[in-house]
Amino acid sequence: MGKLLGWVDDRFPLMKMWNEHLAEYYTPKNFNFWYFFGSLALLVLVIQIVSGIFLTMHYKPDGAAAFASVEYIMRDVPYGWLIRYIHSTGATAFFIVVYLHMFRGLMYGSYKKPRELIWLFGMFIYLALMAEAFMGYLLPWGQMSYWGAQVIISLFSAIPVIGDDLTLWIRGDFVISDATLNRFFALHVVALPFVIVFLVIAHILALHEVGSNNPDGVEIKKNKDSKGIPLDGIPFHPYYTVKDIAGVAVFLFFFSVVLFYFPAGGGYFLEHANFIASDPLKTPAHIAPVWYFTPFYAILRAVPDKLMGVGAMGAAIVVLFFLPWIDRCKVKSIRYRSVVYKVNLIVFAVTFVVLGWLAMQPVTDTITNLSRLFTLLYFAFFVVLFVTSKNEQTKPVPDRVTS
Amino acid sequence: MKKHILIILLAIFPATSFAAGVGVHLDAAPIDINDKDSIKRGAKNFVDYCFSCHSAKFMRFNRIAKDTGMDEDELREMMIFTRDKKGEATKTGDLMTVAMTDEYAKSAFGTAVPDLTLTARARGADWLYTYLRTFYVDENRPTGMNNLAFPDVAMPNVLMNLQGVNKAVYADDGHGGNKIEGLEKIQPGSMTTEEFDAFTADLVNFMVYLAEPVQAERRSMGWKVLLFLAIFFVFAYLLKKEYWKDVH
Amino acid sequence: MSTDSVNNGKRRFLVASTSVVGAVGVGFVAVPFLASWMPSERAKNAGAPIEADVSRLEEGRMMTVEWQSKPVWIVRRSEKTLANLEESTDQLRDPASENVDQQPEYAQNMYRSIKPEFLVLVGICTHLGCSPTFRPDIAPADLGEDWLGGFFCPCHSSKFDMAGRVYSGVPAPTNLVVPPHYYVTDTTIIVGKEGGNA
Repeated sequence: MGKLLGWVDDRFPLMKMWNEHLAEYYTPKNFNFWYFFGSLALLVLVIQIVSGIFLTMHYKPDGAAAFASVEYIMRDVPYGWLIRYIHSTGATAFFIVVYLHMFRGLMYGSYKKPRELIWLFGMFIYLALMAEAFMGYLLPWGQMSYWGAQVIISLFSAIPVIGDDLTLWIRGDFVISDATLNRFFALHVVALPFVIVFLVIAHILALHEVGSNNPDGVEIKKNKDSKGIPLDGIPFHPYYTVKDIAGVAVFLFFFSVVLFYFPAGGGYFLEHANFIASDPLKTPAHIAPVWYFTPFYAILRAVPDKLMGVGAMGAAIVVLFFLPWIDRCKVKSIRYRSVVYKVNLIVFAVTFVVLGWLAMQPVTDTITNLSRLFTLLYFAFFVVLFVTSKNEQTKPVPDRVTS
Repeated sequence: MKKHILIILLAIFPATSFAAGVGVHLDAAPIDINDKDSIKRGAKNFVDYCFSCHSAKFMRFNRIAKDTGMDEDELREMMIFTRDKKGEATKTGDLMTVAMTDEYAKSAFGTAVPDLTLTARARGADWLYTYLRTFYVDENRPTGMNNLAFPDVAMPNVLMNLQGVNKAVYADDGHGGNKIEGLEKIQPGSMTTEEFDAFTADLVNFMVYLAEPVQAERRSMGWKVLLFLAIFFVFAYLLKKEYWKDVH
Repeated sequence: MSTDSVNNGKRRFLVASTSVVGAVGVGFVAVPFLASWMPSERAKNAGAPIEADVSRLEEGRMMTVEWQSKPVWIVRRSEKTLANLEESTDQLRDPASENVDQQPEYAQNMYRSIKPEFLVLVGICTHLGCSPTFRPDIAPADLGEDWLGGFFCPCHSSKFDMAGRVYSGVPAPTNLVVPPHYYVTDTTIIVGKEGGNA
């Protein structure tokens, strides 16, 4: 065994990579609950790729056959229903995990110098993930798939001058059609997974270059022992591998509860209208995107102007990219930051959830007014952060991590 | 036969249903997806009353037999009366399609007859249970019938012989508007109200099964998976605790 | 961080037991994915037994029906053809159909059929899965003077006689397969299912 390993090592940096990324990757010893979601996101990515590959073996990306092929998977393929539910539950799980992972970054300032690039790669992953989920949602070819895609693609028509030609080009037809389905299928199963995997590798490489942040926001590399090992660091393997494995068990437990008992999630994970085959002549009474897009959809609906609405929605996502520069406070962790920041972040988190809820309600005056209020609150987070973070009243940051 | 009065309260409670835009109160369907006899009776009802026009084109006959414990002869006797396009007897593993084309349906009813495989997932059991029981006389409709859960529905009340005929009872809302307060039976059918409700419940139970035949298997597999994960967690947790002794 | 008082035995036990339980879990997860490659209900239905009416099949002619998406040949053989089967058995690899995998018990006879007249065969060459051509003509130019009628596989030149028996010296190793079948009436054959003697 050792000889074989030596043979490989002479030709491939196997042990070097193992040590660099696991056995001798020194990780702060004070990770808390919030630090499970990075490895869980990786797990969900694997789950989605594996279940997706197997779905591809039975699915037909053909306007005349797509809807029936999904029911074929659900009924005729041995365990097809299980694989399909794994994939649909996985989509929801992916966004839950990613949102919590991002919130962790906000709380502990993980996007701050020297980790700006990790954050940027992460934001690109999030963007690619949204595209991936959106295109994947077209594939079941139900009413929500169809009309959801119709609405979202029509957003591009808001762009001046080229808008209409652009939407036509994206669809490849005058409405969403077989051509659209086929290209979305190709992007969903081939192109975007490649992009996401590449970005995930970049995200992890950037992280391992600078080292992990932690709930105290203290750089563990500042305090090293005589051998150059951080005093507050422990090797990722075995300590965090065994911890993450326990986290995986808990995660899979919740995942399975949804998978086996609430696969449609009360209409939020698999929407009711999507059990009706797509019909280009009839829009469902109530259109709402799947839950993970709803906060941005609420912002879109809040603005009474088409171009401005699309612009506001885009800005809501784009502004996140600039977070490392909007937040000018030197202190990373929320533990040592001002009350202003704490309140601001809590309001932001609540706003995000409320916006998501608002987008699922039928439009009324009250809902529209509330949407406008919370849209303002969403952007207010960044403004307040920019203004207050420069000379923020912070608490003293300890030299070493606490406990 | 004593005169039954069927009162359906409207909009007293907010409709818990997702049939958005329909302000009608939905009756909770008294169904049990694990009751195989009920599903079997419902399948019979479905074949007798729905399946001549509506397809269930994603479902195979023999799946029903397998899931409700029927043998092939029983299945054939109960629900397979057709021959395929080549004139050969329908196979037990065939999909539950019907001969009626969308074109024919459009000329006859003004609309295509929807496939019913997934209706219970799209509309919900309560909606179906309410819909099937709330047809009422309305001379303004081509079929002479309207429906509380599905206003201006194109389908005639195919269960009228069983249910009898209902008329709407209007409440005076004080503004000259006519709001339907409930339904009243004006002509009895071959079944009592209780019998008809049970008949409909079986039918809805079957349609809920039809929309997702795997649900019983899904649930029974679920707790085994959860049990396994719980056991795995115990090992993983002890392992974590053992290693982390080094750290603390 | 201290590693002085480590109980290595306990640690090894926990690593091993967690790995075993985890491996069992991965094994369970693999089952549905692997099983999804098995024939679906649609494929099974398409492969369900089929009914063939042979009442209008003329002597010396062949009809093809589809079972499990494979061609199934039904040949109505003449007295002369049947007589020929008893000759030239020395050129065949398995003239007595001793390989029991190639036909059901009731077709393990000189004619490889239930009724001598009707031959039922799966039309797939036992070499590499091509579908041979039916060549009932006697002594054609391309197959030589000894040819008494049979099946010729264009892919690799395997030859079979009018009972689907393979000639020696060709690549195909075994006789053509006789599928399970039975007669419901004198001229109606069910292919794909063993029938009681009904």
